[in-house]
This record gives sequence, structure tokens and C-alpha cells, in this order.
Amino acid sequence: MSFDFALIATSLPKILQGLGLTLNLLVVSTLLGLLLAVGILLMRLSQHAWLVWPAKAYIYFFRGTPLLVQLFIIYYGLPQFGLLRHSFLWPLLREPYWCSVIALALNTAAYVSEILRGGVLGVDKGLIEAGKALGLTKFQRASRITTPLAVRLALPAYSNEIVSMLKSTALASTVTLMEMTGVARTIVADTFAPYEIFIAATIIYLVLVWFIQTAFTLIEGYANRHVRKG
Amino acid sequence: MTGIVDLEQVNKFYGDYHALRNVDLSVAKGEKVVVCGPSGSGKSTMIRCINRLEEHDSGRIVVDGKELTDDESKIESVRREVGMVFQAFNLFPHMTVLQNLTLAPRLVHKKPRGEAEEAAMKYLTRVRIHDQANKYPSQLSGGQQQRVAIARALCMNPEVMLFDEPTSALDPEMISEVLDVMTDLAREGMTMICVTHEMGFARSVADRIVFMDNGEIIETSTPADFFAAPKTERARTFLGQILAH
Ligand SMILES: Nc1ncnc2c1ncn2[C@@H]1O[C@H](COP(=O)(O)OP(=O)(O)O)[C@@H](O)[C@H]1O
Ligand SMILES: [Mg+2]
Repeated sequence: MSFDFALIATSLPKILQGLGLTLNLLVVSTLLGLLLAVGILLMRLSQHAWLVWPAKAYIYFFRGTPLLVQLFIIYYGLPQFGLLRHSFLWPLLREPYWCSVIALALNTAAYVSEILRGGVLGVDKGLIEAGKALGLTKFQRASRITTPLAVRLALPAYSNEIVSMLKSTALASTVTLMEMTGVARTIVADTFAPYEIFIAATIIYLVLVWFIQTAFTLIEGYANRHVRKG
Repeated sequence: MTGIVDLEQVNKFYGDYHALRNVDLSVAKGEKVVVCGPSGSGKSTMIRCINRLEEHDSGRIVVDGKELTDDESKIESVRREVGMVFQAFNLFPHMTVLQNLTLAPRLVHKKPRGEAEEAAMKYLTRVRIHDQANKYPSQLSGGQQQRVAIARALCMNPEVMLFDEPTSALDPEMISEVLDVMTDLAREGMTMICVTHEMGFARSVADRIVFMDNGEIIETSTPADFFAAPKTERARTFLGQILAH
């Protein structure tokens, strides 16, 4: 069997037709996941056991099971419930796109809330006390001191999570979505050349990861400008 | 007992540990009190109770007529009148010096930015550091950071200033620049409660020295009496150790 470099070149533009959907899945589920993560974080950090407990259970469930299984449960499992088929959610749960977005968002929310919690716990207690001593309210301390510093601490881990999310979007191909991996799989079915086609896909993923990492390096550099000596 | 800060029979526990035992202290307006005593004797715990960074378990703490209880709004109003300087400076690292100084006046006193910055520059000049206004804390020396922290507290126009070992984290050559600023502040009539082992400063600035051991105030004297003839054996031992350095 010979390796066909030309096939890589010709399949690249075809696979790129799935780029829009890949990025769409990434951006939409990352943003929804972030919103959800903040809510779970607030519950997790609360003083009330009845808020902490469900947050812990949520995090345990979504970090403790494979994303692919979560996606299948949403895509194949939920429609079994008659109740859901008659609910306002049904138009969403019927769509492979929304099933994928929901699975990705629910999953990343669990990780991101823990990443953010790590940031919050890393904020120097002395700074919070300084805020108290200056008479800042709880909300002012949270918004001006804890949040900006926690976000800075969480950035490196958060950039890893975005990279991880990019790779996870490939799972959407298992529920018929034609994002990049989905496109690659159809080309493979036509050409019987999995090697070349998936290498072409690999190249595109690596380029995307490079962009994500570079963007975060710049963001971290800006956010940590106060750390530089000079 | 009607000073600007009054502690009456204050007790504080950390779990089973009795950290403050029946502490009585009344500080008059304009008075400068130096608190000293061995490590772990409860000095920090006592002054942190005055602005409710720690909650006392029994007794009364009244600051400028306001008793500290669970009432959040009273706690906030006491904190607005009481400035605090910490051993570890605790400047907000993500803000410039000027932003550190204007944050609370703008948020708490609702001062417009221009006015807050003008006041901030005035205090930075007083602590002799106005040329560093746009730097970040990490770009300053320890002594400079502590002077910024003092200026930050002063920007709130406090009635009382609390200092918790403000020079203990500093390299020796920076101690005097911070003590000089504190001495100026004392001369201007600020009410000060200061935990420190800088006995030279205590001698020249304090109206009273409070000696603590094991969660108790066991001696209160003028500096002259305290240094010349400590009343208790424990204070004598402590002074012997401190002055031996
Ligand atoms: N948050 C805390 N939890 C438990 N014990 C504490 C806490 N803070 C202080 N202590 C204990 O209380 C005692 C007094 O501490 P502190 O007021 O910091 O002493 P000092 O400032 O005189 O060195 C010490 O024995 C210390 O270990
Ligand atoms: Mg202490």
C-alpha cells in the first residue's frame, strides 16, 4: 500500500468544509458551559449544604463518565421519555446539533467550575481581609478582588480545557454531524484511504490548537502584566 | 470606658483554644497604644477583633459608639472608620498603586475618580512615594509597598489606625522608612493601636504600652515605666529577649 500525499492535499479543502461547524460547536458550547460553570461554582462555594451537594453530584457525574456516553444518553436516551417529547425542549433534543452542544456544554461546565474553584481558592486570604478592612462589601470584594485574581490563576488550566473541547467536538460526528471529523469519515467511506484523510484532519486540528494556545499566551501575558518586574 | 475603641471583658476561642481572656482595653481619641508580647500571645487576634476580621465570643467591643455584633451594616461602618496595615502589606497585585488607593474611596465613599486620585496623590506625597503612583506593587520594594499600604488606609480618612507588625516582613534597611511615616502620623494626632516589637518606636511614640501573654493583657504602662521597671516577670523576660537583639 502506498502513501498518497496528493490525497492529503486534495482532502484538506473538503475537510475544511466542516471547519465552520467545528468552530460553531466549540464556541457555542464553551460559552454556554462557562455560564453554567459559574452557576455551579457559586453553588459549590456556598455555605449551604443543600446547594453544595447538588453541585458536587453534578461535577462527579459529568467528570466521572465518558463524554461519548453522555452524548448518547442525550441523543438516544432522552427521546425515550414521552414527557420530553411533548415538552418545549423537544425541538432542541430532536436536533443532533443541539444534542451535541448540550452534551459538550454540560460536560465542560463540570470541569470549568472546578478550574475556577481552584482559582478562587488560590486567591491570597490576606487580600480579601484587606478588602474587608477597607470597608468593601461582600459583592465589591468578590467583583474587584476575588474574581479578577481567580480568573488570572485559572487561565492556564482554562486554555487546556478549550483545547480539550476542540477535540471533543469530533464526537459530534457520531450523531451524524458533519463537522470536520464527520466530513473526514465520509471521505474515508468514499476513498477507502483512512490514513491520508485522518492525517489531513490531524493537521487542521493542530493548526487550530496552535491558534488557541497562542491566543491564551497573549491573554495571559496581558492579564499578568502586573507580575513583571521593571 | 468611653474611648474611641473600647474592649470590655472580651473572650475569643479558636475551637477549644482560649485565644483572648477577659481583655479590657480603652483607647482614647488621639492616643497611641503599642501592643507587645511573645508570639502567639493573642496580639493579632485582639486587634483583628476591633475591625471584625475575627469575631469575639463574649464581651463587648465598641468603636466610636458602634458596638460590633453580627449586624453587617454596623461592621461595614466600623471598618470605614478603622484603617488597618498588615504585616504582609496585602496590596492588590492586579492594580497599580493609584488604583489600590482609589478603590475603596470610589466604591465605599462614592468619590468621583478625579477627586479620589487627587486625595491619593496627597497621601502618596505624605508617605514620600508619589513618583510610583502608576507602578504595580510587585515593582516596589517591601518598604515602599508598606508605605503604599499605609497611604491606602489613610485615603479612607480613618479615625483609628491598626497596625499588625507592619515592619516584621521588611528587610532591616527598610524598617526605618516605614517607622518614620508612622511617627509622622502619630505626631499629626492619629489614634493608633500598633502591634510591634520595635521598641525604639514604642519609646518615642507610644502613650501606653500594653503587654500581652497567653491571651491576656497582663501589664499596661507608660513606655518610661515599662522599659525602666516592668511590673511582671513575664514582661521582664520578654524585654530581655527583645533587647538582646
Ligand atoms: N485562625 C486560627 N485558628 C486557630 N488558631 C488560631 C487562629 N489564629 C490564631 N490562632 C492561635 O491563637 C493564638 C494567638 O494568635 P495570634 O493572635 O496570631 O498571636 P500573636 O499575634 O500574638 O502572635 C496562637 O496560639 C495561634 O496559634
Ligand atoms: Mg501576630
